[in-house]
This record gives sequence, structure tokens and C-alpha cells, in this order.
Amino acid sequence: MESLFAIAIGILTAAAVYMFLARDLPRVLIGFIMLGTAVNMLILAAGRIGSIVPALVAGNESALTAAAANPLPQALILTAIVIGFGLAAFALMLIVKSQRILGTVMPEEMQEAEGDVAPQALPAPAPARRKDAA
Amino acid sequence: MTHLLALPLLMGIVASLAGTRLPPRHAPLLGAAVAAACFAAYGFLGLGMADGVAVEAAFWSVPALGIGGGLRLDGLGLVFALLISGIGFFIFLYAHRYLEGDKRLTRLSVMLTLFMTAMLGAVTADDVIVLFIFWEMTSLTSFFLVGYDHEKPGARQAALQALLVTAGGGLVLLAGLLMLTVATGTSSLSAIIAMRDIVLTDPTATAAMLLIIVGCFTKSAQIPFHFWLPNAMAAPTPVSAYLHSATMVKLGIYLLARMNPLYQDEALWQSILTWFGLGTAALGALLALRETDLKRILAYTTLTALGTLTLLIGAAPTLTLTAAMAFLVAHALYKAAMFMIAGIVDHETGTRDARALGGLRKAMPATAIATVLAALSMAGLPPFIGFLGKELIYESLLEAGPAALLLIAGMLFVNGVNVAVAGLMAIRLFFGGQRPTPARPHDPPAGMLAGPWTLAALGLAGGLLSGAVGLWIVGPSAGAILGAPVTADLYLWHGFNLVLGLSGLTLATGGALYLGWPRIQPWLAGIAAIDRFGANAGYEKGLAGIIRLSEVSTALIQHGDLRGYLRTLFLVTAAGLLLTLLLRDGFALPGFDSGTVDIRALAFLGIAGGALATVFARTLFGAVVCSGLVGFATALAFLFFGAPDVAFTQFAVETLLVAILAFALVKMPIRRADDRTARDRVKDGGIAIASGVAVTALLLAVLATPFDSRLSDWFGNASLTDAFGRNVVNVILVDFRALDTLGEITVLAIAAFAVLALLRPMLQETRKS
Repeated sequence: MESLFAIAIGILTAAAVYMFLARDLPRVLIGFIMLGTAVNMLILAAGRIGSIVPALVAGNESALTAAAANPLPQALILTAIVIGFGLAAFALMLIVKSQRILGTVMPEEMQEAEGDVAPQALPAPAPARRKDAA
Repeated sequence: MTHLLALPLLMGIVASLAGTRLPPRHAPLLGAAVAAACFAAYGFLGLGMADGVAVEAAFWSVPALGIGGGLRLDGLGLVFALLISGIGFFIFLYAHRYLEGDKRLTRLSVMLTLFMTAMLGAVTADDVIVLFIFWEMTSLTSFFLVGYDHEKPGARQAALQALLVTAGGGLVLLAGLLMLTVATGTSSLSAIIAMRDIVLTDPTATAAMLLIIVGCFTKSAQIPFHFWLPNAMAAPTPVSAYLHSATMVKLGIYLLARMNPLYQDEALWQSILTWFGLGTAALGALLALRETDLKRILAYTTLTALGTLTLLIGAAPTLTLTAAMAFLVAHALYKAAMFMIAGIVDHETGTRDARALGGLRKAMPATAIATVLAALSMAGLPPFIGFLGKELIYESLLEAGPAALLLIAGMLFVNGVNVAVAGLMAIRLFFGGQRPTPARPHDPPAGMLAGPWTLAALGLAGGLLSGAVGLWIVGPSAGAILGAPVTADLYLWHGFNLVLGLSGLTLATGGALYLGWPRIQPWLAGIAAIDRFGANAGYEKGLAGIIRLSEVSTALIQHGDLRGYLRTLFLVTAAGLLLTLLLRDGFALPGFDSGTVDIRALAFLGIAGGALATVFARTLFGAVVCSGLVGFATALAFLFFGAPDVAFTQFAVETLLVAILAFALVKMPIRRADDRTARDRVKDGGIAIASGVAVTALLLAVLATPFDSRLSDWFGNASLTDAFGRNVVNVILVDFRALDTLGEITVLAIAAFAVLALLRPMLQETRKS
């Protein structure tokens, strides 16, 4: 069972990395989200799987029974899912913004946009040159 | 008494600070006053230093860093300190008139004061760290002094070259000195030299020695670092006269001399110093004959002097060290004078081209007399101190054993060239018919003549009072180099002997070279190969090579291509994982037991299938939908394996994500296919598969190890009893790891604000339209 899970996680990782390496940012984002999912699965599997019983202390007992699932990875994953979601939402907004302002979601095309911005950062040209430009 | 040792340094630093406030007319006078005061202080210390006992004082020690911070003045340091402060005094007077009216004179004199202070600190430092700091301070100030005319590209290049060579050499020197410090456990120079046996038996002994030699060679412009010195002539003349004749270039010689007691019996030390010294001297002499610019001619003869000094230190017996110190003093006196004279000629006639000058004695009589006096010392004629130095060189080299013949032949040529250059300066410039010059020549003001006159007169006095020079100056300093007392009985007349014959031969060689100069110079200057294959060309190529290397490495490492970075990142991660597993023998292949597999494995199928479908989806929209499938399959897996809370979170997040993605994608080219080239697909696929395999292998390796449940058990046991909650996962999040959760909420809030800030302009636009 666990071996099968390991293989599935491997396939998910491979797919995530492949998407991550795409040329357009939306696919990169999908890869990013999938990679996060793959790591969550990795944590779950490393904490051992098998039990279907939730990690709840039964009403007549004072401690978790051995039959229950491992609670620790679950707590870690819960945090990771929420943080990953926040990060993905923020990255998505950046992509949307770049589409609106730069007109592209391809990082390779964004280098030109950088070139347009750069001259403003330079000190003001000498008066003589300004005259030439006029 | 001992505190007097720090006084010059203190005065120098205070004067450097105060000097910045002075107008250009007055700044050099402050420098001159400080130099005179330093000279007096060292003179007073020297008088009290009977029988060669060194004066020592400890200052600013930093025990935590192992820095002793001591100063120490012995015979060797005293000679240098007196030369530095004494010549410095005249340089300030000279600069005062030479650069009269120049607004930057304040800066020049502050830099010169700082330089002088650094030099004085370097020759009196007894701590390797203090020595290094002052050593590099001379390099730094020389950078600013050489680059004084910073509007000229030539001056900037020369300044940079001098800095790169000498400061770079300083770092090499530091490495060598630190090795000595580590070997002996002390940073005090005198203590290191006293622990000679420990130093020489240390495994790093040879390396440390070579590093120190390289450091000294860069500073003193020995082959193959000689090229920076002639180029540094881009500096104004007061700077050249000070730094490049009498002081800074001698700092390397100083340290070689200082280290000599440590290494003088080492064959490697002797042979490196002897042969590199001879090579430098001979090359300097040859190149001096090529030049027509007075300052460059003098710069190359300075190379000959530096080479000669290195040679003499390398050839260890007592007499060579006496010769070295006598020659050092003689050279400092006449060469500083000569440089100042070259500057005067340049200043008053408007040119320093040796071919265009002649017959200046009528127009500049006072300069002519100083020149003749300095030239006679330079040519090594009696009764000048230069004669003393030259005779001693020959006399000591005659004892040098089998190599003597070659060394003496080399010295004959070198000294011959010096005679010729002395003739050029004195006879060609000042006698014969007067040639027309850009400006009408006349004698300069007294401030500029004071230096050449005094130094040239001292050259004469030193020769006449040879006994006193030997007793007071040469003896104690040579003793410091040898590490044992030396009595230097100097006298002018040795009788008719071989040495006198060699002197005669030198004069004859020099005379012939002088007479032949109008023909030798153009012929040598015409040999282009010297320029093409010289060390300077090597430096240029090296510099260009460094720039090219950095361009290539930048293009390789920092290419600006996002995918390139990511590829590297993933490849390194995958390779790191797989290699670690391989090296630690961590690969595990668990036996497959079909009995444990149940229906829940369908969730795995959903995950893997969704992942593959995402990759192969043709459009972006398809990819989003398929990735959603992965998310929901994950949620199912959580549900199947006892994690309902996580599953619900995953469902919620996945739904939200797909919704937001779909919303955002409306504005994007969603039909767009993944447009990677076939080659890129193969590359990326390879990296992806490697990553997948690495993760699977890692997980299998983890699963093959026995499970350590202590932490989980503790949470399971403590949940109800300590935190009063039955849902262990929730208890962990809100109780045991409550601070983490608070941080998580904060992160989420920040992300929400950021998203809002990005969204707001867009929302406003939409509202307007």
C-alpha cells in the first residue's frame, strides 16, 4: 500500500516539476501548487498510513488508541495547505497583474519591459545632450 | 622616551586631518613642519640608541585578536625613518612651489602626509598586522597620489595598476606573515625573527618565505612586477620623487632586509633574491636606455637600484649588507634630488624630453650646480657617497664565490648605465649649446631648489665623512639586517686595487654609453617586441582575461533566465537526493504484499492520473481542471487515511483555488498550449523524471526504516489530560503549536493584504468602465 503511494507521489512530483519548468507563468503556478501537494503527501506517507480511524480520543478513554491515525503529520499538513494557498493566491495576482501591465505571462518576454524602465534610473543627462534630443 | 616612538605617527594623523581645512597655499607647509618634527624625533631617538639597542613600545594591543601592536626602532628602521621624514620635508617645500596655484594642492599634501605617516608606521611596526595595515595604507595613498591628475585616463590607469600590483602583493604578504604568526604563536616581528629555528622547521616555512618574497617584490618593483613603476610616472613630480625613488619602492627592500636574519642561510632565499635582483637591475638598465622622458629614464634607473639592493641582500655575507645600506642611503639622496631636478627642468622649460634639452646652465645656474653634484654621486665618483656605495658593491661581490663573475659583469653594465644617465642629466641638459624650449628657462624659487641642493650636498658630505656614516648609519642598520653587530669601517681611498679598476671600467662603460646614447636610444626604442612581450602587456592581457572570465561566469551562473535557474535547482536537488542515497546505501525495495492493498488505493490512481493529465492537457484551461483533479484526489486520500480535518481543508482550498484560477484566467490566453520546443520537453522531462524517482526512492528509504512513534504517542497521550481536547490534530494546532498557527494566520493576512493591494487598481478600473 505504502509502496504504491510512494510511486504515486513520485509521479505527482515529476508532473509538478515538469509544469514548473514551463515557459508561461500560469503553468509554473500550477506546478508550484502541485509540488506543494506532493510534499504534503510525502509528509503524510512518512508518518505511515493505513488506519482509517481519525485521531480522536474516544469518550471513555484518556489517550489516543493505537488504532488511530498518526496526528502529527496531519497537523503539519494543515498548516502547509493554508500557507500554500496564501502563497498561490498572491502569485496568481502577480501573474494577473503582469498580464495587464506588461501584456505577457512569459518571463522571457519580460526582459524587454525591464529595458524600458532602466533609463529612468540613470542620472539626468547633461544639458547639451538634452538639446540634441530636442 | 619610548612614547616618542608613537609621536610621529600621531602627528601625521592629526596633520592629515587638520590639513584638509587648510587652503592650498598653506597645506604643504604644515606637511613640511610635521616632517621636520618627525625627523627631529627620530634623530633624538637615534642619538639615545647607543650600541644598536632597539627602542620598543607597545601600543593599541588587541589581545582578543592576538595583535600585540608594538612599535620598534632599530638601526634599519632608523635609517628609513630618517630618509622618509628628511626627504619628506624637502618634498613638501618642493610641492608647495611646484604646484603653486593648483587648487588640489590641499588634497595632495594631505595624501602625502598620510603616506609619510604610513611609511613611518611601516618601518617602525613590530607587529605583523600593524605592519600590514601601514603597508596597505602606503598602497592606497599611492593610488590617490599617482592618480592625482584624475582627468587623464593615463593617470587613472597607472594608479589602478600600481594599486592592483602593490595592494595585491600586500595580500600575498599578509598570507605569508600570518603563516609565520601561526607557526610561532606570536605576531611580533622581532619575536618571530628570534624564533628562527621554529620558523624554519615549520612545514609551511618555504611557502611563507615565498609569499613574503612576492609581497616585497611587488612593492619594490622586482621582475616580473617591475612594470608598474615606470607607468607610475604619471604622478606629479613631487610624488615620483618621494614615492618612487626614495621611500615606497624601498619598503619591499626594507622588509626583505628585516626578514634577512630569518632566512639568510636558506639557499632558496639567496638564489631568488640574487638572480631576480640582478635580472631587475639589468632589465631596468636596458630599458632606461630606450627612454627619452627624463622621469621615465630615472624610473628605470630606480629599478636598477632596487634590483641591486635585492641582489645585495640575497648575497648574504656581511660586506654585501654594508654595501647595501651604503648604496641605499646614497641612492635615496641622489635619486630624490634627480627627480626633483627633472621636475624643475620640466616646470621651467615646458618639456622633459631629453632630446630637446641642452645648454641650460646659463639660464639655470643654481639648478646646474645641484645637478652636477647629484650626478657625480650617481655616477659613483669620489669623494661622493655614491662612490662609497659602488666600491662596496664591487668589493663585496668579489667575495661572492663562483657566481661573482656574472654578478660583477651585470653590475658593470648596470652601473655603466647609471653613469650614462648621470651624464645625460648633468652634461647633456646643462652644457653644450642651448636648445629652444617651449618656455623661457630660469632658476626656480628657493623652495624647489632647497631639496636638490641639500640632498646633493649631503651626498658630498656623506662621502667626505665616510667614517661617521659607517659608524652612525651603515653599521647599525647592516647589523639589524644580519642579526649580529657589524662594524662598517668606511673610507674613500682603498688604494690601487681590483675594485678601483672596476670603478674605472664602469666609468669607461658609462662614458661610451653616454656618447652612443643618441644612436642607442632610437635603436632600442624601435624594437617593438619589447613592448609586445613585456610584463606590461602581460598585465593588460591578464586584466582583460579577468574581465572576460567574469563575463563568462556571469553569463553561466547569472543568466537571468528563470527556467534556467529552476532547472539547476531541481537537478541539484534530485541529484543530491539520489547521490546521498547511493553513497549511504539507502536504496530500499520493499517486498510487494498485495494483501495490504485495498480499495483506498484508487485515491493514488486519482493523484497519479490527474498529475499526468495535467502534463498532457493541451490547453491551459485543461491543465487547471486536471490539477484540480489532483487536489480532490488528495483530499480523498486524506479522508481514507484517518485525516478528515485535513481532507475538509483540502476540499475547501482546492475549490477556492480552482475558482480563483478560473476567474483569473478569463483575462489570459487560456487556449494557449504548452509551447516548449521538443528539445526543451526532453530536457525538462528528464529533470522531472529524475525528481520523481528521487522522491519515490527517498520515501521508500524512509518507509524501510522502523517508525519512531514517540512524538505522536506523546501528543496522543497529552491531548486530553494536558490540553483537554479530544481532537488531537486540533489540539496540536491550537494548543501545543499555537504560536506556529498564529504565525500562519499572520502570513495569510499579509498575503490577503498584498492580494488586495494588487487587485484594487483593477477593481477601480472595472468600476469606472
